[in-house]
Amino acid sequence: MTAPPVLSVGNLAKAYGGVHALDGVSFDVHAGELLALIGPNGAGKSTCFNVVNGQIRPDAGTVRLEGRDITGLPPRAIARLGVGRTFQIAAVFGSLTVLANVETALLASRGASFGLWRPQDGQARGEALDLLAQTGLAALADRPATGLAYGDVKRLELAIAIAGSPRLLLMDEPTAGMGTHERLALIGLVRRLAAARSLAVLFTEHSMDVVFGHATRVIVLARGRVIADGSVEEIRADPQVRAVYLGRSAATGERGS
Amino acid sequence: MALDALAFQMINGLASASGLFFVAAGLSIIFGVTRIVNMAHGAFYMLGLYLAVTLADRLPGPLGYWGGLLLAALAVGLLGAAVEVLLLRRIYHVPELYQLVATFALALILNDAALWLWGPEDLLGPRAPGLKGSVELIGRRLPEYDVFLAFAGPAVLLALHLLMKRTRFGRTVRAATQDREMVAALGINEALLFTAVFALGAFLAGLGGALQTAREPANLNLDLAVLGDAFVVVVIGGMGSIPGAYLAAVLVALVKALCIALGTVEIAGLAFNMSKLTLVAEFLVMALVLVLRPQGLFGRPQAAAARAAASEAPLRPMGGTGRALALAALAVALAVPALATVWAYAPVLALDMLIAVTFAASLHLLMGPGGMASFGHAAYFGLGAYGTALAATGLGLPTLPAFAVGILAAGAGALLFGWFCVRLEGVYLAMLTLAFAQIVWSVVFQWEEVTGGSNGLIGIWPDWPFDSRAGLYLAALAVTVAGLYLIRRLIFAPFGHALRAGRDARMRAEASGIDVARIRWLAFTASGMLAGAAGGLYAFAKGSISPETLAVGRSIDALVMVLLGGLASPAGPVLGAGAFTLLQDTVMRETDYWRALLGALILALVLLFPGGIAGGLSRLFAGGRADG
Ligand SMILES: Nc1ncnc2c1ncn2[C@@H]1O[C@H](COP(=O)(O)OP(=O)(O)O)[C@@H](O)[C@H]1O
Ligand SMILES: [Mg+2]
Repeated sequence: MTAPPVLSVGNLAKAYGGVHALDGVSFDVHAGELLALIGPNGAGKSTCFNVVNGQIRPDAGTVRLEGRDITGLPPRAIARLGVGRTFQIAAVFGSLTVLANVETALLASRGASFGLWRPQDGQARGEALDLLAQTGLAALADRPATGLAYGDVKRLELAIAIAGSPRLLLMDEPTAGMGTHERLALIGLVRRLAAARSLAVLFTEHSMDVVFGHATRVIVLARGRVIADGSVEEIRADPQVRAVYLGRSAATGERGS
Repeated sequence: MALDALAFQMINGLASASGLFFVAAGLSIIFGVTRIVNMAHGAFYMLGLYLAVTLADRLPGPLGYWGGLLLAALAVGLLGAAVEVLLLRRIYHVPELYQLVATFALALILNDAALWLWGPEDLLGPRAPGLKGSVELIGRRLPEYDVFLAFAGPAVLLALHLLMKRTRFGRTVRAATQDREMVAALGINEALLFTAVFALGAFLAGLGGALQTAREPANLNLDLAVLGDAFVVVVIGGMGSIPGAYLAAVLVALVKALCIALGTVEIAGLAFNMSKLTLVAEFLVMALVLVLRPQGLFGRPQAAAARAAASEAPLRPMGGTGRALALAALAVALAVPALATVWAYAPVLALDMLIAVTFAASLHLLMGPGGMASFGHAAYFGLGAYGTALAATGLGLPTLPAFAVGILAAGAGALLFGWFCVRLEGVYLAMLTLAFAQIVWSVVFQWEEVTGGSNGLIGIWPDWPFDSRAGLYLAALAVTVAGLYLIRRLIFAPFGHALRAGRDARMRAEASGIDVARIRWLAFTASGMLAGAAGGLYAFAKGSISPETLAVGRSIDALVMVLLGGLASPAGPVLGAGAFTLLQDTVMRETDYWRALLGALILALVLLFPGGIAGGLSRLFAGGRADG
């Protein structure tokens, strides 16, 4: 690959008191790639996400987006530079309609949030409906975001996250709390969207069916360190990974499939 | 500055710090365990003082005096327990804002109870037996009692420390402060714990008040004054930290002592009386701490505000019915001047209503779409009123430019204070707005040369064509309609959506590229300017203004109007302000105990009708439709 990686993190470190949440983490993510970040609870996955998207300032290390150093910028600036994200606990704007959720995100990405006079309705309607169609929410456009089924909330958050046409999409446990069928449908959707937009996707995941079925590459984190980085097959075969992560029961990998 | 003067003021400062510490520590402990900011805490302090003065007069001898102090504090502790059982248990599950106003309602009721029991006159207690003399310190005489108080603070700090570290109760309190789920998991009787904690907090406030018996007279303004100071202390020290509360109380007291000791100083050829700057100094310390350590010196970082899920329905553009109703209301409003021939009071009442509607709508923009509950909105109303009045009388500007000056003054204040406020959430934000408002109030109160001090300003009359009752009324109507229209444009524009997005899910909004703090800052400023417009109208309508114009009572009126109308509806402030003004100009005018009445109204709203008038109407409508 000749193009610079979309995301490149180098030697990230972050400690909470004595706990090294991140302890020298480095990896790259390229366009078109679905990179799964896996590891046991407390491995540092969410911390890593929060550092990349600017919610947490790392103690050391750099975050580069398409070669540009974005370490320490606030989340809103990083978002404008082309990073979208979803949260471990899905968050949408509850008092807005589904359509307005996406419109608001679209206008924010254009820096138009300070429009004070012209009604928002209509300013980004076409594109917002387009995004809703792509995420399968077109029929719900006029519904309040509060009261959506959890799967729909997840898809709406995905639509919000890609509204700014990001180059990099971060998804923290995108399928947590979903049934098998819904889970695979959502990750399939992410895969199609990523291919169509040649997005780089970095996601954390606990369900091995999703990871081994859909990721193009896997990174294993344990106690804040990268202990393996490779293709699905390599990770499956890695004895250290099996010991640290899959070790408890090899059956975890087959769960649900 | 003489060193002995400073030393003298410092001992004096440490004595005041003790009283403040007791109140702040109680506030902090209660918040730590129950997550409720008790707005009635100043009232507990005040009651402690009243009770102690009464008991000291009745009980004989030194034993009677000191026993009376303790009895007074214990009585307040008991009252606290009763309040917890009767009121707080019903509001643990409601949104923060409602908890704040409910405890504030309690403060209003307690204040009127004190008025009823002790009357409006200040009550001075006897001097403390055994500590009537004074000691010499560097050539100055210090009251023995102040020295005693200066030591009482650290003594109680130590006692609390031992209580928290050595007893089972203390360990439970600390566990509950850190992790509330754990309490349930440990099988601790939560109800009993909460009652005990509230009683302890109330006892501390009562003790703080009782110990002031020999220093200051009991009066009915103490509750709010102390509450404002205690908020500043708690914000500086960090919510939930007892040592933080002591350190902050000392810090604030020392800064004040320094200001007083400095006296009048010359800066760049101008004479400044530093002793009048004590409240501003307090504010500067707080501002500095908030910028450098938003969680306070000893506080833990705020967890990302776990919002009570927004149950608000999406805003829809006005339908045909809504538009017809709005037009009908406008037609009625336009017809009011004609009514004057049959009902002379109509235009007066209607003008009051318009001012209230503009004021309430400005607060609603902040609280509803903005999600920022302000307990100090009167500051901007008052800045508008004083700005307008000073421009009209002092500078002799014509009516319209004077009005503009008022709006700009309010906007400048909101711009300054808003910068700090929008960085906080929930109760922290509410406390900060209240503290700022107290500061503005005291500046206006003390800056006699400009503001007329407690006498205020008089002779603020508009010129032609606003000098007739109908002229002013129609101008006010135009301002109100313009204000409401402006708010509507704002909330339907991308700005309003971004504002609500930041309220519903702040992290999500930031991760989408919305600069939530700036959006909120602009909303705060716009809201302040509108409040200022209401204040300017008020100044011209009344012809005279006083510090009462921006006292905390007015902030609370606005809160009640917004809640009465319904927080979730854009029509809420109009309905709420109308209904409230009617109530105020009729029922409340007839009684000395309007505070208690207002408190009862607030409690009824919080406990029985949280949706307000608009909520009730829409439920009525929805019910009718479902039936039909
Ligand atoms: N705000 C915080 N304060 C203290 N410790 C934290 C904080 N956030 C995370 N940690 C600790 O850092 C480690 C990594 O956490 P996290 O990144 O959430 O892991 P994961 O998402 O992989 O489960 C854990 O040990 C966690 O307890
Ligand atoms: Mg996580």
